[in-house]
Amino acid sequence: MQNVEAQIEAMQSQIAAMEKKIPSNKISMIVFSGDMDKVLAAFVIATGAVAMGMDVVMFFTFWGTPILRDKTKKAGAKDTMGKMFGAMLPKGTCEVKLSKMNMGGMGTAMMKSLMKKKNVASLDQMMEMAEEFGVQIFVCEMSMDLMGFNREEMIDYSGMSYCGVATFLEQANDSKIQLFI
Amino acid sequence: MSEETKIAKVMDLKGLPCPMPILKVNKGIQEVEVGQVIEVWSTDPGSLSDFPSWARTRGHEILKTDQNGEVTKFYIKRLL
Repeated sequence: MQNVEAQIEAMQSQIAAMEKKIPSNKISMIVFSGDMDKVLAAFVIATGAVAMGMDVVMFFTFWGTPILRDKTKKAGAKDTMGKMFGAMLPKGTCEVKLSKMNMGGMGTAMMKSLMKKKNVASLDQMMEMAEEFGVQIFVCEMSMDLMGFNREEMIDYSGMSYCGVATFLEQANDSKIQLFI
Repeated sequence: MSEETKIAKVMDLKGLPCPMPILKVNKGIQEVEVGQVIEVWSTDPGSLSDFPSWARTRGHEILKTDQNGEVTKFYIKRLL
């Protein structure tokens, strides 16, 4: 009898250990690209995932980082390289370009007007919805530092925080889906 | 679906492309009681595949799909 109880106990602890290994109903995305089309796709997937009942975390790194800058905000003090990067990289969603057929900005402008005509949500609208739905955004601290961005110039987004690679990996490890965009 | 099925809410999502129909219907169904039925109009061709996927994942039931020209009407019962 005691043997049976011990076996049950062992099984219970095994089940508990297995449960820890089951990932949450979550999707983790790395947004590496700074292209309008790719980032739009990332936000379509993010908001769609919320509708499908999933938790969503997005990690913005490298060329994805400048998308989260706020055009209307003033950046703090920067060194020369920081100023250069700051001037050359897009300042927020309104300055991002298509990955293909940009044609000196003409292609992007045409795509934007086509999207409006066809009722496709803009990047700004998608981001607004993502915030409303509780999509969490993490920003790569290393990219911020490398490109000389400071937190004062970033958008106000309620679920936004700054992190490194370990935070992403912890989240990705606990996700059913991981995407690199 | 019987003739007398009561519709708790009608959602007109005509003209909205992906991902809006799914986002809206997901929000809309949470505004009715469990067991109630909503009627959703969509012109997005993707909805024909997306609504069943969404319903299966979220555990709701599509009682009927009525395709009539451009507009498709979905009758969805909230189960959870």
